[in-house]
Amino acid sequence: MSSTEAGATAAPSAPLSTADVILDVQHVSKAFGAIVALADVSLQLRRGEVLGLVGDNGAGKSTLAKIICGFHQPDSGKILLEGKEIQLHSVQDARRHGIDTVYQDLALVPQLPVYANLYLGRESTVGGPLHLLARSKMRRVAREYLRSIKVNLPNVDADVETLSGGQRQAVAVARATRSQVKVLLLDEPLAAMGARESSLIIDLIKDLASRGQSMIVVDHNYTHLFELCDRLAVLQDGVITFDKLISETSLQEMTDYMVSEYRNQLGTGRTERVNGANGP
Amino acid sequence: MAKPVTTAPIAATAPAPPTSPDAGWAPAGRQLRRVLERREIAIFLVAVVLFVYFSTTTSAFATVDNMVTMTQFMAPIAAIGAAEAVILTTGEVDLSSGTAFIFFPFVVYFLWANAGVPLVAAILVALACAAVFGLLNGVLTTMFGLPSFVTTLATFSALYGVMLVTSNSVQETFSLTGTGGNVLGGYSWSEILWALGCVAFIFYLLHLSRFGSHVVAAGGNLLGAAEAGVPVQRVKIWSFMMISVISAFIGIIDAARITTLDPGNDGTQEMFYAIAAAIIGGTAMTGGRGTIIGSLIGALVLGILYDGLDIKGVNASYFQLVLGVAILAAMIANVQLRRAAMRRWRSIRR
Repeated sequence: MSSTEAGATAAPSAPLSTADVILDVQHVSKAFGAIVALADVSLQLRRGEVLGLVGDNGAGKSTLAKIICGFHQPDSGKILLEGKEIQLHSVQDARRHGIDTVYQDLALVPQLPVYANLYLGRESTVGGPLHLLARSKMRRVAREYLRSIKVNLPNVDADVETLSGGQRQAVAVARATRSQVKVLLLDEPLAAMGARESSLIIDLIKDLASRGQSMIVVDHNYTHLFELCDRLAVLQDGVITFDKLISETSLQEMTDYMVSEYRNQLGTGRTERVNGANGP
Repeated sequence: MAKPVTTAPIAATAPAPPTSPDAGWAPAGRQLRRVLERREIAIFLVAVVLFVYFSTTTSAFATVDNMVTMTQFMAPIAAIGAAEAVILTTGEVDLSSGTAFIFFPFVVYFLWANAGVPLVAAILVALACAAVFGLLNGVLTTMFGLPSFVTTLATFSALYGVMLVTSNSVQETFSLTGTGGNVLGGYSWSEILWALGCVAFIFYLLHLSRFGSHVVAAGGNLLGAAEAGVPVQRVKIWSFMMISVISAFIGIIDAARITTLDPGNDGTQEMFYAIAAAIIGGTAMTGGRGTIIGSLIGALVLGILYDGLDIKGVNASYFQLVLGVAILAAMIANVQLRRAAMRRWRSIRR
């Protein structure tokens, strides 16, 4: 397999001591019928690190993301969180373990104000069995929290449908991080966003990183990730073929690597696979 | 846990939005426009205009006697309309509410007059049956994934069938005397007071409680709300139970006032007027947006129109025509007001 040879040339960075690793994905595979989405993937996320996960459409990156957030279960392999193996049977399971995801669809309610979305499903109430919404408390905490992570919104009382795409993304990220998550997974946070919107999210992710939040950012565009991440991993045809610290690589090397990979695939007669990347 | 405490400076590229978190507070002019953009205010102005019109053109309109008549007409619409506003906000609809309104008074009657059950107990049993009926609507809709339009159309017909069979299509006299009768429906203002009580309870449910937030979430983004941990199925089932109980309750009050139980009425008129009141008041058919105050004012508008046209000697058939125009006008106004509000929000954001 050409990609493994290429992987050998771009060897992963030096091994880590286990104390540094917060999330350890070991030899995970997943197939959907005859289609092998993940062949044998091992990936480590260090504490406080921002890891960029790059790959073409169909490379398996969303499958890997969905396994880490508990949506899919792997066929083999295991996942360790802080050194302990965990079983993730559902998204709720993952959330209980402190792994939260910001989906591409954001899961916000457009008709509810910002503060209610931040508390969605975990509302603060007063009045005992009456379950009266503690609106002023939620407003205040939401305002303080958003300010603390440097998200500027016109008003926490604004309905989410009145916000721009970037502001909505920021609200979704804020909701996921408000409850002290250990690992935050961001699925294409910069998809379909203009330059100004993107920089809003990039700043937010950088700010979270500066507080030591461990994150995996999934994107198909690696140029964005150079600005955001500490480390980049490339997933191709269900295996990790490139895994380097940003400080040890460059945009140029990455581009050369991706181009040579593409040529390799052409050279080994895998044209159909490449051209058919959008197929099943 | 070793967290790097580098308080990295905000990236220089930060295009900090020009507004601070609280800068949305607008000057007085904008504040006024915001008030007018509220659907409740717009429809309330319509109610005031109609009231003034009928008061000045006929002497019999603004009298205490007529107000009693009018509130008795609008009471069931107000109570069931508020409940429909909740159901519509979850993204569903209940077509069986009117039949519950007609059927459950029969249950009270059978238990009380035929089986000798004390009145209060009979009412409680009937309301419990109504809750089970609502549970059925909710379970069929959520567990089997049927559109509630279909579910409640079916249960509407089935329940009406049960009523025709059990009553042998015979009218009954439901005559209550003494304090109990007065409290339930004998006193002129009983029905509207009970209805306002129902509306107040539903207002609490939708606008003040955690449940209400979940209702909006279920109707606004079903999948997203579920991903965020909102028990969307349960919220819908509880909503269906609530509307059945409210409809049954106000039906019992209405029957106690009229003192007649008529199996010839299938309750569709009450159901349609209730949905009309909710929609005229500004509740969206598409879910995620509902207002209880709006539905109450919607019921008031229907009451004023119905009663006013009646007093002016206008053929009752015209009421249907006017109702049709009113529903359309309200929907168009809703859409336009929302667009205006969105434009304003966008301009603030920039």
